[in-house]
Amino acid sequence: MAIYLKTVKKNDSKRKYLLVGGGLILLLLIVLFGAALLGAERLPLFDLSEQQRTILFDIRLPRILLGAAVGASLAVAGAGLQSLLRNPLAEPYLLGVSNGAALGTMLAFVFFQSFEWSRPLLAFAGAGLATVAVYRMARSRTGMNVERLVLSGVIVTTFLSSVIVMLTTLLDVAKLRSFTFWLLGDLSQSTMNGVYISFGAMLIGTLVLASQAKALNLMMVGERDAFDFGVEVGRVRLLVFGSASLVVGAAVAASGSVGYVGLIVPHLVRLTVGSDNRLVVPLSAITGAIFVIFADTIARTAIAPRELPVGAITALVGAPLFIYLLRRK
Amino acid sequence: MLEVRDISVGYDERTVLSGVTFDLREGEIIALLGANGAGKTTLIRALNGTLPLVNGEILLTSRRISEMSRREIAGQVAVVAQENETRFPVTVLEFVLSGRYVHGGALGWETERDLEFARNALRDCDLDGFEDRLMNHLSGGERQRVVLARALAAGSMTLLLDEPTANLDLSHQAMMFRLVRKRCAECGCSAIVITHDLNLAAEFADEIVMLKAGKITAQGSPAEVLTAENIRNTFGVDVLLDRHPVSGNVRVTSVF
Repeated sequence: MAIYLKTVKKNDSKRKYLLVGGGLILLLLIVLFGAALLGAERLPLFDLSEQQRTILFDIRLPRILLGAAVGASLAVAGAGLQSLLRNPLAEPYLLGVSNGAALGTMLAFVFFQSFEWSRPLLAFAGAGLATVAVYRMARSRTGMNVERLVLSGVIVTTFLSSVIVMLTTLLDVAKLRSFTFWLLGDLSQSTMNGVYISFGAMLIGTLVLASQAKALNLMMVGERDAFDFGVEVGRVRLLVFGSASLVVGAAVAASGSVGYVGLIVPHLVRLTVGSDNRLVVPLSAITGAIFVIFADTIARTAIAPRELPVGAITALVGAPLFIYLLRRK
Repeated sequence: MLEVRDISVGYDERTVLSGVTFDLREGEIIALLGANGAGKTTLIRALNGTLPLVNGEILLTSRRISEMSRREIAGQVAVVAQENETRFPVTVLEFVLSGRYVHGGALGWETERDLEFARNALRDCDLDGFEDRLMNHLSGGERQRVVLARALAAGSMTLLLDEPTANLDLSHQAMMFRLVRKRCAECGCSAIVITHDLNLAAEFADEIVMLKAGKITAQGSPAEVLTAENIRNTFGVDVLLDRHPVSGNVRVTSVF
């Protein structure tokens, strides 16, 4: 081993982490600030009137904070699922996980409206069931290929969509419009309660996923390899599926199915810092928050005073990227 | 180090291995030979605890492998498996460092020691200057060497190699075996190597185990095992045997 003791270059992962992480936090603060001031009513930096304070603290801030929680949630769920399933195209929305959560939320809304916690709880259950269903369908004796997983996601998504559509017939016309918006991903219904639940779930989920980052680094190369090198594959799978379902469930219960965030954000992060999940998971959380706040600010302001659902904006960016990634192989 | 006692392994109803018994001693290389489907890869998978045993037992440093945790086994046994590919942009250094998984905590960064192991393994595998290359940009042979480097970086005392030379050119095939040989001589490691190259086995292995349809047909030193009769019996081909002009070991030539 004596010859092995040669001067070793300092590992630069940590430095990269601090640099990119610091830059992203700064950017997050700028976006937070900008988003708070911009909108149908542009707010001044100082001397807010009573009415402007109400807009800022009761309407805009909860919405921005919810956007941050939802963006971070969907991004880390995407990053985790991609590594676990060894597929850069895995994404909560495309796999049907978001739709599972949406169905759960709707069931709660239709049948247990008086119990406020029923929405995130059933959303979590729906997300979990959809995840397991897709995973079971995609897995074959020979393993899991990329196309099979995407197709399974499509099947689960369309199946759940039709159930959701059937449920909407139980709603009255007035609620129908807000539901359609919500299904596309919409932050306009945000309340501080929703913010607390989403933030709590997001923090727990991100911490759990980050704690599995090293195992995921092995899993993303191969499940068998990971097992050979000491990863308890079954436990990691359970933790990743569980935390992805938790964060997606909370996000969808609060804001509907905002699509493609889990695809776009981890992809951008990997382009910048590489594939090490110890970097990808936490940095995806911050970038996801920035991305959704940014997209929602566009949704709020582009055709003000009318609004677009934020999911429409993210899908406009995400769908072409999906095609690109699929073709690139 | 590794004692295999009368093991049987099966998938569903089908028995793939039965009554396999052998010892892997410190510093020793065993070559595992046999036709396709003879159960070689299954044996390797059983040896690192991936497949449950129907019968018999495997002892790793005198402990039963079925009673050891994933981490404990992985800390002592490193596997070089056949082909793997990733769609993520993983660098060679990241890939090799991931082999150090059991040595660090679940959290945190690699230590200087991890980096030393990784860099030395890369150098040993003739991969100087490859650190920052991406895995999915490498050729099959280069990737194979990185996979070997990851197993070496793990620092395990037992190496299980499943056709490690499959994608390698002539010089790297020899490099591979010399490297394993050196490891075994220097640090008392031992290795089991699946190969289809009888002559490489004759040159580098201390012992050969021949498998046919899940049973051992012959085992012993290369000179004892590599006989025309054993080879005909196991592979169904006729061969000529003579001595390698330089090393003096058995040399096998197929008769077509």
